[in-house]
Amino acid sequence: MYCKDIKLNNREVHRGDHVFSLALKLSAIGLAVLLGLVGIFLFRAALPAIHTQGLRFVTSSVWDPVQDVYGAMPVIYGTVVSSFLAIVIATPLSIGVALFLTEIAPRSIGRVVGFLVEMLAAIPSVVYGLWGIFVLAPWLRRVVEPALGKTLGFLPFFQGPPYGVGMLAAGIILAIMITPTISSISRELFNSIPHIQREGAIAIGATRWEMMRLTVLTSSKRGIIGATILGLGRALGETMAVTMVIGNRHEVSASLFAPGATMASIIANEYAEATSDMHLSALLGVGLALFLVNFTISSIARIFISRGFRWGAIRNGAKG
Amino acid sequence: MDLDTNEVVVVFRVNIGGLMKAIYLLFFTAVIGWQPVAYSAALINGAGATFPYPLYSKWFAEYQKVDPEVRINYQSIGSGGGIRQFLEKTVDFGASDAPMTDEQLSKASVPVVHIPTVLGAVVLTYNVPGVEQGLKLSGEVVAYIFLGKVTKWNDSRITALNHGIKLPETDILVVHRSDGSGTTGIFTDYLSKVSAEWKTKTGSGTAVNWPVGLGGKGNEGVAGLIKQTPGSIGYVELIYAKNNSLNYAFLKNKAGNVIEPNTKTVTAAAAGVVKSMPADFRVSITNADGKEAYPISGFTYLLVYKNMPKGKGEGIVKFLRWAMKGGQSYAEPLYYAPLPTALLTKVNAKIDEISVK
Repeated sequence: MYCKDIKLNNREVHRGDHVFSLALKLSAIGLAVLLGLVGIFLFRAALPAIHTQGLRFVTSSVWDPVQDVYGAMPVIYGTVVSSFLAIVIATPLSIGVALFLTEIAPRSIGRVVGFLVEMLAAIPSVVYGLWGIFVLAPWLRRVVEPALGKTLGFLPFFQGPPYGVGMLAAGIILAIMITPTISSISRELFNSIPHIQREGAIAIGATRWEMMRLTVLTSSKRGIIGATILGLGRALGETMAVTMVIGNRHEVSASLFAPGATMASIIANEYAEATSDMHLSALLGVGLALFLVNFTISSIARIFISRGFRWGAIRNGAKG
Repeated sequence: MDLDTNEVVVVFRVNIGGLMKAIYLLFFTAVIGWQPVAYSAALINGAGATFPYPLYSKWFAEYQKVDPEVRINYQSIGSGGGIRQFLEKTVDFGASDAPMTDEQLSKASVPVVHIPTVLGAVVLTYNVPGVEQGLKLSGEVVAYIFLGKVTKWNDSRITALNHGIKLPETDILVVHRSDGSGTTGIFTDYLSKVSAEWKTKTGSGTAVNWPVGLGGKGNEGVAGLIKQTPGSIGYVELIYAKNNSLNYAFLKNKAGNVIEPNTKTVTAAAAGVVKSMPADFRVSITNADGKEAYPISGFTYLLVYKNMPKGKGEGIVKFLRWAMKGGQSYAEPLYYAPLPTALLTKVNAKIDEISVK
């Protein structure tokens, strides 16, 4: 009925291939368009709030829906601090887990433990939140926070009354939630390093730790940073678990014991019952801020990851 | 008509043959078998408040037995969302814990009718070691606690109300709702009435700028924090406190009596305002007159259009009539307070004003 091969740029292309590549292009472009549309929607919806609040929207710490005054500073601060805290806790933990699984544990145990760590990612965040309220927060309030206050109380981070819920609880919950992400990627990175390098290191007299440091960690440094930033992206957007344990107070406080609030938590908290137009617009403005922060972080992650893999490949090529 | 076209399609598919076509056949058979049931009943869509959802879902299920012709689908997305969807006319009725404001009403392109359905109350729940149910508080003291001015449990302003109860010298930790809610709306409305300072400093609304305290998400979040933290006080819905056997405080009302919150004292609060009730029922009944009135309570409303199309409109009107009659008896077992009898007559008269064309 029709010619199967068509001419494209002076090359004979199978018609099916052509259709297939068009379909793929369309879905790729569609995704980009969708992302753009989300950004445009958020910006347009947030415009009234940005217009009336002006720069105060990001500098003021008063969030008062009754007076229609909206300052998102405490929630931006809360998001950044809780996510940063999560990264500080989760990164060494995840690298440790990945090193253990690839370098130390026997294969059978490694497989089981690896599976269990990945299972952490499958637990719904509301379950993490409930665990946070009923187990983690009381433990922090009774044991951890008083101890930290006594020993490190001279630092501004560990001052004030121990509530249990607060920035510290949110950071710990987030750390547990992003550990599977970071450790899985790290594990793949470590596995991709050829065995001959490890053997080489051992052969020239390196100890086991030196072998890990020289061959495994050094060559996957960039990749680990990329993995960490991916985990950070997840921590920034996490809503339910954080809302349940952070204490939901719109205040900027240096102390990790103090309650705080995040961008995602304030949207989850107030969107359903926001009746005034300005309140809605302000919440969508917070959404826009979160979108921008996430977008920036994801872009950075992409750059790091692509570089990390290329680095690894070059090194492996040169050495192997 | 639909049936005919589907059958034609089925015959056509079968003639072509093949496994896929057999699946189509099965699919269309299912569609044909299902359609008549779906179209014979009027499907009415509503959305709004989460607070009355347990009662409403019971009502809609029971009403289906009374009138199988009407099917009501309700989404508990929150009062704010309910009002928005109602104004955009994407639902047949809305539901809200607070009446629509004048500003919101001005946005409505058609006349709106508020139908109060039942009453809810907000109770103060606390975790003070050694103190059981029935700590006595007054509105003024509650406002001071939530303003952060009364900070110890053995403050003289609390002990003066509680002779014979030994209160510890621990700090008071205030817990409030972090999510916007009708519960917060009623509670802050009450505080604004009993404390001038609260009114100017914080005001009332579904979400406010709290002077002190921690925020828990939902009734369960507040209750969870209170259970875990000795010395804490917060507010939850009466229903939630009852179902979870939480301790709650008795409150001094406007008449000076200390009142235990329950469905009777809440209905009493509504009975006190029936005479002075505005024609559109948009009224706050916090800090109500009446000897037996519990002071922190409020109506929850269904929002309907004054002029409705025939099919769905008739269904909604018939349902509302039933809700004011047989429906009220389902309220108390679920710890909602039924409307006082004098008000039911007024609401029924309002339902008569709805026109169905």
